[in-house]
Amino acid sequence: MTTKFETHEHDVLIIGAGGAGLCAAIEALAQGASVGVVCKSLLGKAHTVMAEGGIAAAMANVDRADDWRTHFRDTMRGGKFLNNWRMAQLHAQEAPDRIRDLEQWGALFDRTSDGQILQRAFGGHTYKRLCHVGDRTGLEMIRTLQDRGVALGIDVYMECAVTRLLKDGDRVAGAFGYWREQGRFVVFKAKSVVLATGGIGKIYKITSNSWEYTADGMALAYEAGAELKDMEFVQFHPTGMVWPPGVQGILVTEAVRGEGGILRNKNGERFMEKYDPKRMELSTRDVVARAIYTEVREGRGSEHGGAFLDISQKPAEYVKKKLPSMYHQFLELADVDITKGPMEVGPTCHYVMGGVRVDPETAESTVSGLYAAGEVAAGLHGANRLGGNSLSDLLVFGRRAGMAAAQAAKKVRQATIDQTQVDKAEREMLAPFQNGNGESPYAIHRDLQETMQKLVGIFRVEADLQQALQELEKLQERARRMHVDGSRMFNPGWHLSYDLQSMLTISEAVTRSALARRESRGAHSRIDYPSLDATWGKQNNVVSSQKGTMMLRQEPVPAMPEELQKLLADEAEAVAGKGK
Amino acid sequence: MADAILEVFRGDRQGGKTEQYRVPVAPGMVVLDAIHYIQGHLAPDLAVRWNCKAAKCGSCSAEVNGRPRLMCKTRMDALPLDQPIKVFPMKSFPILKDLVTDVSWNYKINKKIPPFTPRPGTDWKVYQDDVDRVQEFRKCIECFLCQDVCHVLRDHDKFEQFAGPRFFVRVAGLEMHPVDGKSRAKLLRDELGIGFCNITKCCTEVCPEEIHITDNAIIPLKERVVDQFYDPVLMLVRKIRGVNEDSK
Repeated sequence: MTTKFETHEHDVLIIGAGGAGLCAAIEALAQGASVGVVCKSLLGKAHTVMAEGGIAAAMANVDRADDWRTHFRDTMRGGKFLNNWRMAQLHAQEAPDRIRDLEQWGALFDRTSDGQILQRAFGGHTYKRLCHVGDRTGLEMIRTLQDRGVALGIDVYMECAVTRLLKDGDRVAGAFGYWREQGRFVVFKAKSVVLATGGIGKIYKITSNSWEYTADGMALAYEAGAELKDMEFVQFHPTGMVWPPGVQGILVTEAVRGEGGILRNKNGERFMEKYDPKRMELSTRDVVARAIYTEVREGRGSEHGGAFLDISQKPAEYVKKKLPSMYHQFLELADVDITKGPMEVGPTCHYVMGGVRVDPETAESTVSGLYAAGEVAAGLHGANRLGGNSLSDLLVFGRRAGMAAAQAAKKVRQATIDQTQVDKAEREMLAPFQNGNGESPYAIHRDLQETMQKLVGIFRVEADLQQALQELEKLQERARRMHVDGSRMFNPGWHLSYDLQSMLTISEAVTRSALARRESRGAHSRIDYPSLDATWGKQNNVVSSQKGTMMLRQEPVPAMPEELQKLLADEAEAVAGKGK
Repeated sequence: MADAILEVFRGDRQGGKTEQYRVPVAPGMVVLDAIHYIQGHLAPDLAVRWNCKAAKCGSCSAEVNGRPRLMCKTRMDALPLDQPIKVFPMKSFPILKDLVTDVSWNYKINKKIPPFTPRPGTDWKVYQDDVDRVQEFRKCIECFLCQDVCHVLRDHDKFEQFAGPRFFVRVAGLEMHPVDGKSRAKLLRDELGIGFCNITKCCTEVCPEEIHITDNAIIPLKERVVDQFYDPVLMLVRKIRGVNEDSK
């Protein structure tokens, strides 16, 4: 059937052109599928480009004792055992091969003296494990994947945003969206759809994330009937910039600590001695973020409400070589020469561990034909992600999603597009132009960010979370009446009006999940339930839409096979919590 | 702190004019913050590209007070605030709307460049010394400011014959890659038009990543083209040895 809109047809449609999306595209092309990649920005600008520290893979180039088992154990330990064990296993086993893929496609990593890929230390990793290029690893990765994809001939729909997934019965049938430039609507027909849309950071006021991180992939999946998992686990990276105000939240790579950076409070105390004397600055992100937050709250913070991170004890040339972007970032944006003095840093919303619930082998969601990989998917990282495990996640599960999506596409015929769904999607997008006296989406977005920052932040408590739910309801009501000015041509206000709906939906999922989990685990810290709880250690929160209402239920964490349990025997029990 | 006046181009392919906006200045503020303030409070439909706001993605290129710059890296306190700050889209590319230009030409040129092609039988042992000089080229964030400022494109409109500094940087990254075995000298001469560059170094001056585009990328590539096509001795050697012009 035909629609009045421009229509494109592919075997596999990939939404998002960051690391996961491009890996999925490359693999789906290798499987012989016709592939379309839709991305909101220009190609090569996706969030992956901002990743700094490195890609975790047990190559054992520097520390010979490393192997996938240790990487698996570190990942599970970092995730406080809420991870999907199979995803953690596949990730640890396959990451080294994915690094080799990148190298064979032209990536140039920093080297060891014997000509191998150099690896650096990072929080929560037992061994030196992060393959890196100074502090611009993400740029190297995305450019390599971009070049590979272009050489293979991928079709990229740049500056195009998807607002609805279309379904044919229980199966995904394509997507509806708009071109940012002209505001024209567009329909994609596809046998398989891969979500690779990244995260949700823009629901918070202080975040390292770009405008693109508006939770749209999770909202698309949720609205299409897929389940979301672990949404309470939002990672606050311990070190974002805190001063000046314009740069608040911009990331300061963990590589600063990986290269020997030391954290101090205003009294000059190396406070990590109190919070994790064994791992100190290289403790996991949840622990370091809470430590900095606690120091500030108890009056030992820096002038602008952060902590001091100092790498100036290292030779200036070394700092400039290993951390060139940090050197320039602080010199140009904050007037601080990091080779001479400390940086002021504080927690910034960085990553979401939760997301679309997927099958570990295929990355397929609970909706047939719909796949998810990278930050938009849940499972690998459990309650807290280790630094460096995100880029390797994109490589491993991006490829797996692309492979499974292409293979599944071979077995089915193109589904039919239901015109009533398309018409509804169009009406939804045009509504904000027709609303009379509503507010600007920018005003509602600012209030959403304040609400989430204040009430659903690093430390959470029942009363705040309850209040957040009420506030979210009011914001949703305001959003129903919001108004957009101007034309449909490259109109950021209009674009935000859609993104805001996604952010509101997913903010509610985060808040409901956080309210339900009455314990503190990984990135989820409840002031009223400060300890690990054995019962909660065995279940994941799952969110889904039932006839338009958000439903939350618990599901047991999948049981691990015995040989993997043995790998974790020493500490699994301790971290799972002993019960009340 | 005082307010600043921003004079921002508003318009599309059909034309346009500048509009003035008053923006409160905060410590450490950059021009992109001011643009965001305008979007959030004064003109929600003001079109601008941006992503990382940390000079890593190269999206927010524009001309601030006449100079091609990343707006996220341009501090307000480095500009004279007693007069309006003029913010215009990149001049060399067709305007789409406000500060957003059509940069799709760059993506078309990029497709002409043969990809990384490892030498057969390589053992992938690569040393830091060999990596160092190539990593400079791989720092490029594709902001296209070098393309915007290059007079061959900006003033002489040689979009059909000339690839621009960005793509010489990309080719340099491939040509000097320690494992790559392909020569792109013919392409540089015939299709990318490297001969048009008369090394005025404007590209190097505007590069936010401080890549020495002219000295480290373009001049060595020009030398490669000369070696391959205009050096009589080397030409003879190649003829005798029967070396294919596609290999280095």
